[in-house]
Amino acid sequence: MSAVSYADAIRHGFEYAMERDPKCFAIGQGLWSPWYVGNSMRDLDRRFGKERVIDTPVSELATTGAAVGAALNGYHPIVVHPRMDFMILAADQIVNQAAKWRHMLGGKVSPTIAIRGIVNRGGEQGAQHSQALHSWYAHVPGLRVLMPATAADARDMLIAAAQSPDPVMYIDDRWCYELAEELAPAADIDVAAIRPMVRREGGDVTIAAASYSVTLALKAADLLAGDGIEAEVVDIRQVNPLDPTLVLESAARTGRFVAVDGGWSTCGLAAELLALVAEGVAPSRLKAPLARVTLPAAPAPTSKPLEAAYYPTAETVRQRVLKLFG
Amino acid sequence: MKGFQNALGALADPKELTGALDLKNLPTDWLVDKYRDMMTIRRAEEAVAGLVRSGEAKAPCHLGIGQEAVAVGVSAHLNAGDKVYSGHRGHSHYLALHAPLDGMMAEVLGKATGASGGMGGSMHLFAPEVGFHGSVPIVGATIPIAVGAGLACKMDGKGQVAVAYFGDGACEEGVVHESLNLARVLDLPVLFVCENNLYSSHLDIHLRQPSNSVARFAEAHRVDHRVIDGNDVVAVSEAAADLIANARAGKGPGFIEAVTFRWLGHVGPNEDIDVGVRRSPGELTAWKRRDPVRRLTDALSASRGVGQDRFAGIDAEIVRAVDEAVAFARASAYPEDRVLLDYVYAGGAA
Ligand SMILES: Cc1ncc(C[n+]2csc(CCOP(=O)(O)OP(=O)(O)O)c2C)c(N)n1
Repeated sequence: MSAVSYADAIRHGFEYAMERDPKCFAIGQGLWSPWYVGNSMRDLDRRFGKERVIDTPVSELATTGAAVGAALNGYHPIVVHPRMDFMILAADQIVNQAAKWRHMLGGKVSPTIAIRGIVNRGGEQGAQHSQALHSWYAHVPGLRVLMPATAADARDMLIAAAQSPDPVMYIDDRWCYELAEELAPAADIDVAAIRPMVRREGGDVTIAAASYSVTLALKAADLLAGDGIEAEVVDIRQVNPLDPTLVLESAARTGRFVAVDGGWSTCGLAAELLALVAEGVAPSRLKAPLARVTLPAAPAPTSKPLEAAYYPTAETVRQRVLKLFG
Repeated sequence: MKGFQNALGALADPKELTGALDLKNLPTDWLVDKYRDMMTIRRAEEAVAGLVRSGEAKAPCHLGIGQEAVAVGVSAHLNAGDKVYSGHRGHSHYLALHAPLDGMMAEVLGKATGASGGMGGSMHLFAPEVGFHGSVPIVGATIPIAVGAGLACKMDGKGQVAVAYFGDGACEEGVVHESLNLARVLDLPVLFVCENNLYSSHLDIHLRQPSNSVARFAEAHRVDHRVIDGNDVVAVSEAAADLIANARAGKGPGFIEAVTFRWLGHVGPNEDIDVGVRRSPGELTAWKRRDPVRRLTDALSASRGVGQDRFAGIDAEIVRAVDEAVAFARASAYPEDRVLLDYVYAGGAA
């Protein structure tokens, strides 16, 4: 077996989901283009036909709404938004519609829709082409939010999203696309069973993160090992609904907790993780104040040096952790 | 799609409309100025392409070579009090208003001396002193903003107009329809300018819309519209003159569909003939024969006796100015780190 990249793993997820389920289809901008969504959708249109892999006009709202409508009528669409920033135009259908139909219509219907939003930042693209808005969507009850950090999860969560009885927001990050590992054969996945897991064990501090931030956390853990600190890295995976069990257990055991997130600080995923620990771990068990590493409270800049200052690195995480050991 | 309508006919057929322009009775010097404006855009875009190739410019750059006549024809009837808004492919709209070349090059390189202080890059230009009030790359986003600028112009009562530049792809966003309706219902002085280059990134219009003419949307909202050859600066200028005069006179919005073609790929410095689902080398070569610059110079030579040396002299001046702007941009400093937070709220960091 050879290693499969995160980007290829996403494609394998589509292949599996669409082969398994003739009612599953993909729709969104750029699906017939060789360069739009990287390798992650390459040749799916050739394999499944342009009727099941649909490239669309520049109409995020109608496309997403149409997927909701198809989902309410027996299909399992995967809507692809090549950039989270553009997905904002579809917010009504995601937040007011997909997330709420089951509940507000008495539990009898559910849009079985998967929405793939891609975080595509860096490269001096600037404020409207760089956002990681997972925390917005994780705020909404009824919408599951999955954030794969590894190639295996990239494939398996895509399958879970496609097969989910609930609407799912699947968020992948282009900064992860080169990650690679060997994959077990694909299988059906129950979305409800996707829970946080430990990516690296350690007894001195817990670092919790999702998606690309897990890569940062793991690199930071390597650096910290050189400092004599054993960091435990918890990958959150399903950001909403968020099962706190593992986070609380780990934080109580290590006594130090740092959340790392690629979004902003205020009301964000890192804030949520800190709140869970503050609520669920006895103060007597904590050896240091809770901490978080997030983006500065500013839109993404374009200029080279500002961009370098903007995004946290493994070293940023390491420094934040070292402070807890003062 | 069943039953695609080729409503544009000859306007969308690159074998047509390749000859010298009909210069009407426009003054020769005025026309030579339009040559200068179009060549400024072309040389500037070529220079940006060079900066992308060399790796100096990393931000996505969407170039407008081949489409120069649209912005130049429209801008001929605008003044510094008007309010122009644009999108991702906005260099030509900025330059046609004679906004500073060095500010654009510095912005492309993310320098503090750039049009937006180096905070935005190619897709975010700003030069309000000449009427350019901003470009941003969320497709369609500046269209309702231009409508709001038109509302402000109407309230100000000074006869100013707002202009929204956008592409055929943008017409697929719902906000375009809401904007046209609102501008009509409120009789706002707004000129909607759609550069229909028949493509939205990799997709030809026949894969996205049931007709190749987007003026049908203006028709639906009872907005006065003209469908014209966007590679004919005289035709663009005439249409803009009419619709802008009407808007200034309180008659409400207008819509220009200017049919054109981009010579380069959706983004970056290459022709990308392999990327478009239908964009072929043959199609591109054919469209280059409808070159808006060459058709003007042919006409000026043939019917006004303007010599090649005059064009060459102007071109040389432009190349020098563009080179200077690039040198200025290279020599400029990046923004200081502190502005990252200082620009977030009025009065600096929170
Ligand atoms: C809301 C939104 N959706 C998608 C995109 C991606 N995108 C950038 S430019 C573009 C094509 C727009 O085509 P058109 O409006 O015809 O302008 P052109 O590129 O031809 O100048 C697309 C789809 C975006 N920037 N914003």
